[in-house]
Amino acid sequence: MLDNILTMKDITMQFGGVVAVDNLSLEVNRGEIVSLIGPNGAGKTTAFNVITGVYAPTNGAVYFKGNMITSNFPKGSMKKLYAGQNRGVYTTTMRKTPDQITKLGVARTFQNIRLFKELSTFENVLIAKHMRSKANVFSATLGLNYKEERQMREETMKLLDILGLVEVKDEVANSLPYGQQRHLEIARALATNPELLLLDEPAAGMNPQETDELTSFIYDIRKKFNLTIFMIEHHMDLVMDISDRIYVLDFGKLIASGTPAEIQSNQRVIEAYLGVQDDGEE
Amino acid sequence: MSKIRKSIYTAILAVIIIALMFFLEANKFRFGMAYTVIQKGLILSVVAVSMNLVTGFTGLFSLGQAGFMAIGAYVTAIFLIPADGMAEVYYISGVNPSIMSFKYWLESGPAWVQSMYPILALILGGLVAAVFAAIIGFPVLRLKSDYLAIATLGFSEIVRAIISSPQLDTITNGSYGLKKIPGFDSLFETFAIMAVCVLLMVLLLRSTYGRAFRAIREDEVAAEAMGINLSRHKQMSFIIGSFFSAVSGGMLAMFMRSIDSKTFSVSLTYDILLIVVIGGIGSVTGSVIASLLVTASKEWWLRFFDAPLYIGNFQVPLFRTGFRMVIFSVILLLVVLFYQRGIMGKNEFSWDRLSLRVRKLLGGRKRGAKNAR
Repeated sequence: MLDNILTMKDITMQFGGVVAVDNLSLEVNRGEIVSLIGPNGAGKTTAFNVITGVYAPTNGAVYFKGNMITSNFPKGSMKKLYAGQNRGVYTTTMRKTPDQITKLGVARTFQNIRLFKELSTFENVLIAKHMRSKANVFSATLGLNYKEERQMREETMKLLDILGLVEVKDEVANSLPYGQQRHLEIARALATNPELLLLDEPAAGMNPQETDELTSFIYDIRKKFNLTIFMIEHHMDLVMDISDRIYVLDFGKLIASGTPAEIQSNQRVIEAYLGVQDDGEE
Repeated sequence: MSKIRKSIYTAILAVIIIALMFFLEANKFRFGMAYTVIQKGLILSVVAVSMNLVTGFTGLFSLGQAGFMAIGAYVTAIFLIPADGMAEVYYISGVNPSIMSFKYWLESGPAWVQSMYPILALILGGLVAAVFAAIIGFPVLRLKSDYLAIATLGFSEIVRAIISSPQLDTITNGSYGLKKIPGFDSLFETFAIMAVCVLLMVLLLRSTYGRAFRAIREDEVAAEAMGINLSRHKQMSFIIGSFFSAVSGGMLAMFMRSIDSKTFSVSLTYDILLIVVIGGIGSVTGSVIASLLVTASKEWWLRFFDAPLYIGNFQVPLFRTGFRMVIFSVILLLVVLFYQRGIMGKNEFSWDRLSLRVRKLLGGRKRGAKNAR
């Protein structure tokens, strides 16, 4: 039985006159690996930013495990503009902040690595445990939460052990090699105990061998942490290899969705990636 | 370096500090300058560390320290000036009757409670400043970097203007300032209060909240994606920083014995900013060391430049009152240009680092000696 973990409904994200995401609806089921692909500037990262609450959408709603996490129901003149899109499902405007969404169980990585550069590997991961801490600032200062603190440290060590980052645990994040920085970013995301992991171009800047390793790494963490993975990626080998389903965006619009095989033979996708052929021969 | 050796060194250092304080306490009058400078340095180190907490560790560039210090200083002063001295202090417009009755109530307390009043006054001053910080933090902390600095600077000036306004004459004594504030009993008292404040801030920075603060400094977007509530944590850091700034302000009032609103002008904030920069943005020990050094050089070591200097019959030009501030500014410029990381950078004091430095220094010298041969 498939159950939806993430649903985006009629999401439109407009920046001034630019429509970055145009009426996007998609679903991710529990346990799947789903990819979001498209040419540069297609609005993939914007879609991620809407899911994680960095942007409030111009229109539409996002549901996580059936609960609305962000939605915007246009009013006034905007309502007319989006009249065709709203199906009366959501009639409220709500916006959870990124930290609230992370607490619900959505973790993410960033396209351009965003580690806490001057902190150690260990601290980078340990910070992700902060949000589950029950101690208030006074008891934490006086060290009354020492049990919790110890548990946080143990969990962090365990995670670093699983992900093979123990040897570099005291090194400053900025000094790590590129591949390890990517791993650390994923480790940090995993430390928030997510159910849904959003990976924004995890293979960016990796060579073919590292990309292969990443494939097995993603399978590995999905199994170990019982994850659903939704990722943006440009490496087609990796995408076709790993994805259960693929969504294709072009200029903010969803142009295709389906299994890797279906996508590979989809004419519109080929056109979007290679450009429309000017058939002079005909 | 082994742990035992380190703790022995630490113990020796502690003994030296305590012995030094005993010595100064006993020879207060012979070494008056050292005594005063150390006391003021200790007081300023509290506000320097609190500014470091907000600016260096949480990444909020706040310049409101002088305002919070003023709040702390005035609350502490009003609390502590003895009731029978009040009439003399407020000789122009008289005292607000509710303050007077509060003071009589205070002085009816048992003796052991009264001996705690300095501490209580400092804490009360801190709490009042914390309330102000919470109120202005809500709108102001949405601003980023420079804008936040400007807004907090404005706040600090507003506080100063309100304190000296004639409408508050019966409470703050307007622009005449407050006098007859009882001071510290000894250097130990100053040191103990400073040590407790700094220790609390260090413990905070080491706790899970301190890590969250540093995460915000490093990358706000990533910190938020890690589930850290930005506004709540920024607010927390700002309020705690303001609390300790106000405690330091109260201590300054006790140290100076008399204060007025001009004491807490913007230049005080700049002095503290200077201490933080020289000590190293993001280093607690750096702030403490720098506040002692800066206070000493400003008030004491550079005094030499203020007196006229004669070589034979020739009076060296420029050596006159105020020249020391020029030298001081030049030193500051040099630090900013060539030594931006400050004394400690982002590191804390550790014996390992010190021994490494010393060894490097000695090693370098030995090699130099060999070459000379």
